[in-house]
Amino acid sequence: MAKLKPLTGAQATAEAMRQINPDVVVAYPITPQTPIVEFFAQFVADGVVDTEMVPIESEHSALSAVVGASAAGARAMCATSSQGLALMWEIVAAAPGLRLPIVMPVVNRALSAPINIHCDHSDTMGTLTLGWVQIYSENAQEAYENMLLALRIAEHPNVLLPVMVMQDGFITSHGVEVVKVLEDEEVKKFISERKPDRYLLNVKNPYTVGPLALPDYYFEVKRQQEVAIYNAKDVYLEVGEELSKLTGNKYPLFEEYRTEDAEAVIVALSSTAGTAKDAVDEMREQGYKVGLIKPKLFRPFPYKEMRETLERFKVVGVLDRSIAFGAYAPVYSEIRNALYESDKKPKLQSYIYGLGGRDIFKTDIKKVFEELLSGNVDSQTQRYIGLRE
Amino acid sequence: MATIQEIVSKEKPLVSGHRMCAGCGIPPIVNTIISASDKPVVIANATGCLEVTSTIYPFTAWNVPWIHLTFENAAAVAAGIETALRAFRKQGKIDTDVNIIAIGGDGGTYDIGFQALSGALERRHKFMYVVYDNQGYMNTGNQRSGATPFGASTTTVPSGRVSIGKPQWRKNIVEIVAAHRVPYAAQAAVHNLLDLYNKAKKGFEVDGPSFLAVFQPCTTNWHYDPSLTIQYSKLAAETNFWPLYEIENGKVKINYKPKERKPIEEFLKGQGRFRHLFKPENKHVIEEMQKMVDEEWERLLKLEESGVQL
Repeated sequence: MAKLKPLTGAQATAEAMRQINPDVVVAYPITPQTPIVEFFAQFVADGVVDTEMVPIESEHSALSAVVGASAAGARAMCATSSQGLALMWEIVAAAPGLRLPIVMPVVNRALSAPINIHCDHSDTMGTLTLGWVQIYSENAQEAYENMLLALRIAEHPNVLLPVMVMQDGFITSHGVEVVKVLEDEEVKKFISERKPDRYLLNVKNPYTVGPLALPDYYFEVKRQQEVAIYNAKDVYLEVGEELSKLTGNKYPLFEEYRTEDAEAVIVALSSTAGTAKDAVDEMREQGYKVGLIKPKLFRPFPYKEMRETLERFKVVGVLDRSIAFGAYAPVYSEIRNALYESDKKPKLQSYIYGLGGRDIFKTDIKKVFEELLSGNVDSQTQRYIGLRE
Repeated sequence: MATIQEIVSKEKPLVSGHRMCAGCGIPPIVNTIISASDKPVVIANATGCLEVTSTIYPFTAWNVPWIHLTFENAAAVAAGIETALRAFRKQGKIDTDVNIIAIGGDGGTYDIGFQALSGALERRHKFMYVVYDNQGYMNTGNQRSGATPFGASTTTVPSGRVSIGKPQWRKNIVEIVAAHRVPYAAQAAVHNLLDLYNKAKKGFEVDGPSFLAVFQPCTTNWHYDPSLTIQYSKLAAETNFWPLYEIENGKVKINYKPKERKPIEEFLKGQGRFRHLFKPENKHVIEEMQKMVDEEWERLLKLEESGVQL
């Protein structure tokens, strides 16, 4: 039987890590990720996990040590945010090329400059091309469950890629919610043991990891990596069904909220989707046909499924919590891409909101819906929510 | 004490088929160090000459487990492997013990990889860090590093009408490592493999991190005849340019004291990187080099004699 516990998003993630009981966890502090590694360090200090924990000297070294441990055959994890993710960027790019099943929670935070410790998605949106599976979480419950999903996806033989599990800095990581936590035994059974085919500590069967690949082979290696990340979509759905039996929750590629007969929908990631659900409920009460699409699996991006879904609506507003300077915003770009082949394109509008932790309110989202329903949209310009100009 | 015959007759961890330059001393350095290990080894290799020449996919010259990640993190990768080993041993999942070795060139050690090295030493992971020191970024074509000596001409600090080449002395990596209070740190050179073997053996036996800085002349970018690598290594020791010494639990011991120290010119001449120093207007540079070498040697002798713990 699952238990209900009052947990912050960071605690929920640490709780999942406690149940996973990884062999190695490497920690470096960065706000707002810090409580994850602090809560986990306490589990280590109290002897409730078998983990060897390394409090290391930088994020670059943190992910490097995790790569070393993972290649050695261990289940290895670290966690990060913002500047930390930026500092480890080089290794973030290298880890998928080595096909190592690392799970890394990322607590989304704005990137410098100016320095800002609050939530936006600039950090992980900057890593979209690097080859990690990315799953975004709306709340602490999802952050917890996505960690379990992530581990199984990462270690699946058709994938063998690192996975990031995102939650919103402070909003999710520090806000307390009631989280339904599975029994330790259920989790243990769900994740089973990591059994790599080849690993460095199997000294009887030496193997070379990370060689130099010149123009005659590099391309093929990268193509295999691409096949693997596309495989992650089916694996996500398959493992999601299995997890569903334990949690009773569903794990679609993206969640649809009150979209059945919707005319206008918005697309929003993570905690903003929670705010948007309230806005949708209130507008539905007033008779507006509005709904929400919440992407969960963002890499690989489910273009086909997204297209088939979005074709049903008249108008779609996409909310991005980051800017792609000199280009369309990251989530908006994907939505536009998804719809390119469609004969039944909805009208689109891009919105940027919430940079550096600026709050977004239900009233803001209602205004977006009103604008969408009024037909006052222009797919080629970006609009801003809550910006003083 | 092993003999050279015993060392060379051991199975090679780095086998033929690698693509190192003719005259390169890295293969015997690596094979000698690994043959001093009684336990199986796992290697974390930084980006550099050894890495790019030994694992050109789909081939590998390694018959021991080996990993390369990036340039500056061999110590962090090794720390991760060592931590995994500790976790597995604690859980009873593995019963063999392993020696973990991180290997990098001087660029990956003195410069960009210094943070990872310092962090791993401070946390006292049980691993051996080996730097093959060819005194510059030789894999990318002779750029200056923190190990490049005073007066050497490099492609990023070339000698010229107003430049003598590198204007600073090299970083003293062995003493910096020793300042981390590691149980064993030593300076060795490719011409004396028996000394290197004995140092590696000591390093593997200590409880905690150990460190070996091994002098490795670069035939390609120091511009000398490939047959002279061992000779230049020997001259580096005979001129006190590269003293062979060890620091065991903080105590300095010099392993080789030339009966009669040769002048620094003996080491410099014939090397392309120092050719400009033999122009009359650069005579003062050689004099300054000699002074620095002598002062460093005197300091080392005093450290040994005093028995002061570094």
